[in-house]
Amino acid sequence: MHYGLGDYVLDIAQNAVEAGPREVSLDLDETEGGFRVIVRDDGCGMTAEEKARALDPFYTDGTKHAARKVGLGLPFLAQAVELAGGRWAIESERGVGTKVEFAFPSASVDSPPAGEIPSLFLGLLCLPGDHEMLIRRSGPRGSYELRRSELSEAVGGLERASSLALLKDYLVSMEYDD
Amino acid sequence: MAKMTLEQLRRLREEKKQDLTRREVEGKEIQVIVGMGTCGIAAGAKQTFDAVVEAVNAAGLGNQVIIRQTGCMGLCYVEPTVEVVAPGMPTVIYGKMTRDFAKELVTKHLVEKKLLDDHIFDRPAADIMKN
Repeated sequence: MHYGLGDYVLDIAQNAVEAGPREVSLDLDETEGGFRVIVRDDGCGMTAEEKARALDPFYTDGTKHAARKVGLGLPFLAQAVELAGGRWAIESERGVGTKVEFAFPSASVDSPPAGEIPSLFLGLLCLPGDHEMLIRRSGPRGSYELRRSELSEAVGGLERASSLALLKDYLVSMEYDD
Repeated sequence: MAKMTLEQLRRLREEKKQDLTRREVEGKEIQVIVGMGTCGIAAGAKQTFDAVVEAVNAAGLGNQVIIRQTGCMGLCYVEPTVEVVAPGMPTVIYGKMTRDFAKELVTKHLVEKKLLDDHIFDRPAADIMKN
């Protein structure tokens, strides 16, 4: 199991990026009732059978690691959400893309801590690939949007450590606006 | 801190540009690659990534070091894993690289050019033997 909310989000987004998408979008909504997350991609998608098997921890499509027999991302999420009394759903279509939605209620002691949101967004934006990523964040301090291509252009790419430090400062300013 | 605009971010980049030009860095570039599969994330790879970014910049190597993420490196039992590719040194995959070791990784491997022997889990043996 993962420790924080951001770990689940990053894990699901990693799946989205590995599906070969042109665009990945992430919605992270925080209300008094809890966190709601939607991750969408227009990558390869799954058939109904593959989607059902993706929830089996002892199944993986074998494309990333030929000898590996487990795939834990979605099973971890489903287990954690159900433990906390939240909800999750996955929609996918082969050749069209995948949408994963989940919510953790704030009233449950089993909901994971939110953690550092700027660190989560830094990790999301730096996931490898040429895809576009759109992050929409709404929370107690208002809402904002992040677009990967714009930020990459502004800081001079998303790989050099100096650029990543600048990007982190920007993300902190967006999240903790006084 | 007020919300920054993209224009302010661009200006900040210009202001903070260090003396090193891209050309001077060519050939000396160091790559630090953090494993960000499910196993890595569960072991704290997100925090490790953050800590490496901070430590590299604190050491003044921000323009010289490329930091990337990748999926599982196949060493799930010693996550978080970090691969370091540095000129003149063997390519190494370090294991158990929680955020507490980020500073040591930068100081020893990137600055002093020494390996962190207790964290090596792949790749070094053949290169070291040759050297």
